[in-house]
Amino acid sequence: MLQVDKLAFGFPGRTIGRDVNFSLADGEVLCVLGPNGGGKTTLFRTLLGLLEKHSGSIAFQGSSLENLTRREIARRVGYVPQGHAAYFAFTVREFVLMGRTAHLGTFASPAGKDFAVADRALESLGIAHLAERPVTEISGGERQLALVARALAQEPRLLVLDEPTASLDFGNQIRVLERLAALAAAGIAILFSSHDPDHAFLCATRALLLAEGRVLEIGRPRDVIRPDTLERLYRVSVQVLATEGGMHTCLPRFDRPS
Amino acid sequence: MSSRALPYVASAGALAGLIAIAFAVGRYPVSLEELFSLSTGQAVAPNVETVVMQVRGPRVAAALLVGAALAAAGTAYQGMFRNPLVSPDILGVSSGAALGAVLAILLSLGAVFMQLFAFAGGLAAVGLVYGIGARLRGHDPLLALVLTGVIIGTLLGSAIALLKVLADPHNQLPAITFWLLGSLASISPAELLVAAPLALIGLAPMLLLRWRMNLLALPDDEARALGVDTVKMRTLVVAAATLMTAAAVAVSGIIGWVGLLIPHAARLLVGPDFGRLLPLAMVLGAGFMLAVDTLCRTVAPIEVPPGVLTALIGTPFFLWLFALARRTW
Repeated sequence: MLQVDKLAFGFPGRTIGRDVNFSLADGEVLCVLGPNGGGKTTLFRTLLGLLEKHSGSIAFQGSSLENLTRREIARRVGYVPQGHAAYFAFTVREFVLMGRTAHLGTFASPAGKDFAVADRALESLGIAHLAERPVTEISGGERQLALVARALAQEPRLLVLDEPTASLDFGNQIRVLERLAALAAAGIAILFSSHDPDHAFLCATRALLLAEGRVLEIGRPRDVIRPDTLERLYRVSVQVLATEGGMHTCLPRFDRPS
Repeated sequence: MSSRALPYVASAGALAGLIAIAFAVGRYPVSLEELFSLSTGQAVAPNVETVVMQVRGPRVAAALLVGAALAAAGTAYQGMFRNPLVSPDILGVSSGAALGAVLAILLSLGAVFMQLFAFAGGLAAVGLVYGIGARLRGHDPLLALVLTGVIIGTLLGSAIALLKVLADPHNQLPAITFWLLGSLASISPAELLVAAPLALIGLAPMLLLRWRMNLLALPDDEARALGVDTVKMRTLVVAAATLMTAAAVAVSGIIGWVGLLIPHAARLLVGPDFGRLLPLAMVLGAGFMLAVDTLCRTVAPIEVPPGVLTALIGTPFFLWLFALARRTW
């Protein structure tokens, strides 16, 4: 689905990451972990063609990114940005319908099928009851779910989510991760970033550790998320504990004031 | 009637009423019976026909055109710049057009050239603002554009002030002042025939892209990720809205506030969806402009400049809207 080779990325005139190689197959969930300012968002924006890559190659289903129009990219890749500042009081349904843009003619408006897709996306995230509410008046967490619903309305083959759980409460975090796992089971490739390594243990098939713009390690979460790699990423010491049922969880060593 | 249709039906009804009033009132009052007879093709007194068809007709049509065009352009600009304080003046259209018109007056070139100069000045100012704004890299592109517009607008304002100093205080200065405050008093059908098609050309892309226009209200990254070529579309819509504004300004002179105020009022009534917003804003804009112009020619023995009246109405109304709407536009 996605093939990234020797990618260097950054802002115009300033490279912040290089030598990034990885691929993502249909149905895989790849979790990108890394410290603040480590280049996760910049990497994602580059993969979507929103920032120009500095060198290397990015390809979706064998077609190189630079040969695809914005419309063609949007039909393949759904993007959930980190937070959304709402300016105008569109209803949640209108907002999610915007995900249909790449499936509509330039002069067309959404029709019956588009409404059905949008409503299905809302239902699958459990926010159908918000459909008529203005996006300016729902909570940050609800808006985050609306952003995911909008990306699902694109009917993408790959979903790129930039910290999709950042502003969610504990329950909504788990629900979003479960939803990602379900989408992957249906064949969609998922690429998401998180600040919580446990999220990789919960739903990712692989984890990519990104530090200072370089790939530190990539592989199965239980292989690459270790006390030594976490310490290099975040500069805190962490234990990785095995739990019942073959799961793992991270527990920081916490210095209590004595 | 569904509650969705109510604002349209109500405002269209109010507009029809306003049109009838505008034809009826004035220095030579025309009765509603006479208007009805005339509109159904029955014979009326010749001077009634002259007043309605040749004096008030072009003026009413011009008010409707200018109001609708400024409101449509304002609706497009506000959505596109995600900024409810943006108006058709923001990219320097009005100041560019004003400079062109003042130059034409100064050179004693006559009415047609004044329109032409105003039109060219407006387009040139926007071209300049857009060209400079797009080259200011490393800034938020929208902010760069808006700030460039303000800066260039100020520069053009000084140029206008200079031309006013140079103008003949007896013959030219009154005409310049009159034009800078806007006026629909001396509209000829020929001017309307030039301006109307231009405004329609500007309107066409907005109507065709009405659903997609909503995406321009999203952050740029999001709109692009959803499949919109934002650079291409923004350029097209800026050109269209500028064309509409320039066409209106060339006919009427500078009439502020319509393009700022009316889109807000429409958005309060039907929400932000561009497809529903645009027709209502145009009807409200046409009605507002017509009401203002009718007041301008009837409240006092002399003609009151419509720009003065729109500011008098607009300022308190806008502050009230601002207090009322808080964060949701």
